[in-house]
Amino acid sequence: MKLNRKILSCILAAAMALPILAAGCSSTTAETTAAASAAATTKTESTAADTTAAKEPVTLTMEEFSSSGGNEDTLASMLAAFEAKYPYIKVDLQTIGYDDYFTQLQTKVSGGNTADLFELNYENFVAYASAGALYDLNDAIKSSGVDLSGFNETALKAYQYEGDQYAIPNSFSNCILVYNKDLFDKAGIAYPTDDWTWADVTTAGKAIRALGDDIFGFYRPLTFNEFYKASAQNGGSLISADGSKFTIDTPENATALSGMIDWVKGTNIMPTDEQLGGMGDWDLFESGRLGMIVTGIWSFGTFKDACDFNWDISMEPGNTAKATHFFSNSYAVSANCEHPEEALLLAQFLAGSEEATTLRVAASWDLPPVTYEDVISSYLNQDYPSNRQVVYDSLDYLITPPVVKQNSELQEIINNYLSLALSGDLTVQEALKQCQAECESKIALS
Amino acid sequence: MKLRNRNQGILTALPYLLPSLAGMAVFSALPIAVSLCISLTGWSGMTRVSIFHGFSTFVKENFIGIKNYIDIVKDGEIWSVLGHNAYFLILYMPLMVIMSLIVALLTGSKHRGVGAIRVIYYIPVLTSWVAGALIWRWVLSTQYGPINAILEMVGIQGPAWLQSKVWAMPAIVLASVWKDMGFYGMIFMGGLQGISPEYYEAAQIDGANSWQRFLKITLPLLSPTTFYVVMLSLINAFQIFPQVMVMTNAGPNGATQVMVERIYTYAFSFGKMGYASAYSWILFVIIFVITIFQNFMQRKWVHYE
Repeated sequence: MKLNRKILSCILAAAMALPILAAGCSSTTAETTAAASAAATTKTESTAADTTAAKEPVTLTMEEFSSSGGNEDTLASMLAAFEAKYPYIKVDLQTIGYDDYFTQLQTKVSGGNTADLFELNYENFVAYASAGALYDLNDAIKSSGVDLSGFNETALKAYQYEGDQYAIPNSFSNCILVYNKDLFDKAGIAYPTDDWTWADVTTAGKAIRALGDDIFGFYRPLTFNEFYKASAQNGGSLISADGSKFTIDTPENATALSGMIDWVKGTNIMPTDEQLGGMGDWDLFESGRLGMIVTGIWSFGTFKDACDFNWDISMEPGNTAKATHFFSNSYAVSANCEHPEEALLLAQFLAGSEEATTLRVAASWDLPPVTYEDVISSYLNQDYPSNRQVVYDSLDYLITPPVVKQNSELQEIINNYLSLALSGDLTVQEALKQCQAECESKIALS
Repeated sequence: MKLRNRNQGILTALPYLLPSLAGMAVFSALPIAVSLCISLTGWSGMTRVSIFHGFSTFVKENFIGIKNYIDIVKDGEIWSVLGHNAYFLILYMPLMVIMSLIVALLTGSKHRGVGAIRVIYYIPVLTSWVAGALIWRWVLSTQYGPINAILEMVGIQGPAWLQSKVWAMPAIVLASVWKDMGFYGMIFMGGLQGISPEYYEAAQIDGANSWQRFLKITLPLLSPTTFYVVMLSLINAFQIFPQVMVMTNAGPNGATQVMVERIYTYAFSFGKMGYASAYSWILFVIIFVITIFQNFMQRKWVHYE
């Protein structure tokens, strides 16, 4: 008996250590049972729909991230307009912050428990389309008679996979240079123009930095997103044009990286992490202590409300070339959605209808992927920031992020070497060399 | 006779235990078994898999043997990650035991206002880690944090806690001790109250001062409790996760990458569920071996009355 107790205590001790293993897969059981019961309920719903009238009430679930942090109300009014137009469809919306969105989405896909309609960005679209998580919309587009003629062709094409439409673009956006006019006036220097280069940024940044100990000239974080763009602005790239090999360790990239590091450690026109002390970059700009920031056009609404000084925008400065980000989001229908036609109607309405796009533009959310003249002109005619033409002019210099299936792993590797170079643990040349080697060994290119 | 009684006891207890045993089977044992299967596959975690329909076919189709385990060892990252875990343990364990003991001694006596003190030390235990870690991020901020402000008052230039490779882990240790000392302190308090006052009376009569009494009576008689606390906190400390994610997000430069953070990242960010499951089994084996070793070692230093 004594032996038994010993065994029992051993098992108990082991049991205490065990819950960790659930981290790898605890979601599996919970999600599958949830999915099973969800499937059971939708099944009864759909058989009911088959036997009675065609316009039986339908409830669609929807998950998205792009409205979080400022545009929740705009999306709510879009959905209200949709439900008014299609009274038999109800939308059950869940908004999740971008930081957690793709983590939870992956878990739901593996459990077969995704929302009927969910948002995807351009970078992640290929991974989900190739994994078979998305509904092939071609037939639904034909059978539902949804009108996609108002959409921008290029934007639609970006969400085709192997020739089939798998998602409907809802927006696109780019980056611009936002600047604090008051600080420029105080420093007595001219406002940025569209043909500014990095050297002009440095000069102006120094003048603004000289205004005070806690006033900074420029902000542009040393991260994957900014680095691949800086590389392009200096005539370089991270992956060769045909996508076959990494081109990280090049003289162009070395110049770009050295320049970015110099802004932080040399001229210090850009604050270090210590100087930021945990403050966000937008917060720093809103506090009126930052002269220029490179950021996305979705910041307009927030800056308009939060900034009590004058500000405007100009085209993002490059070095030997001009380049700005192309960001785009889309709505995809889940592969196991029971109501693909209704989900498509919802996607088309939110992304491309005049009602919804007018709301999107009025809120300065981002650009709708549509060709309606009056929607576009109403975007340009808004009062703040006044130089909105820049947003459209920048479209000539769009670059797309490198799309690989191991997107987040690639980002972690590159971010790691960027900060090793920034901290001085590695020289710029060594960092790029080791980064290239690690990417080659870990990331599969097509 | 005695033997039969005991067996009967287990039989009587079984129905009462059943609900939690059933819960453990469904929510722990089953996922644990599934994770072992997944660790032998190359599953990305991005395709739909059900354990009720065609799970064995799924495993067969994606079976890659122990390749994930071999890759983990070959990739070599795990050694530095384990190093970070060990660094955390070395700083955390002694500090946590000492602080918990102090909390227990402070809150164990029956002076006025002890209830309020107990509440103050126990509040962090009840606080969610995310909220607690966010507060610590602010407390440790170089620009706005009170800790560096206080250090500056006495003329010390405080480090950039969470942005420095050297100080990020100690900062996480501080936050973890703050969060845990109330809980382990309470266990110590229970242990202290189990020591019969007669020993202290006898020692006092023999002329032992309070330090001697603590050293010769309290510590040895508390050793079963200490053993329990060390065992439990060691297992938990190997699994630190939320404080790392919120305070440093495994940075700077991966200086605070720890086992569970890696498991999470591989599973839900890099789309390598099989690899992540193998990682978690390796962590299990490590904790298991250490626990067995501790159990063995206790004979040398734990004194049961």
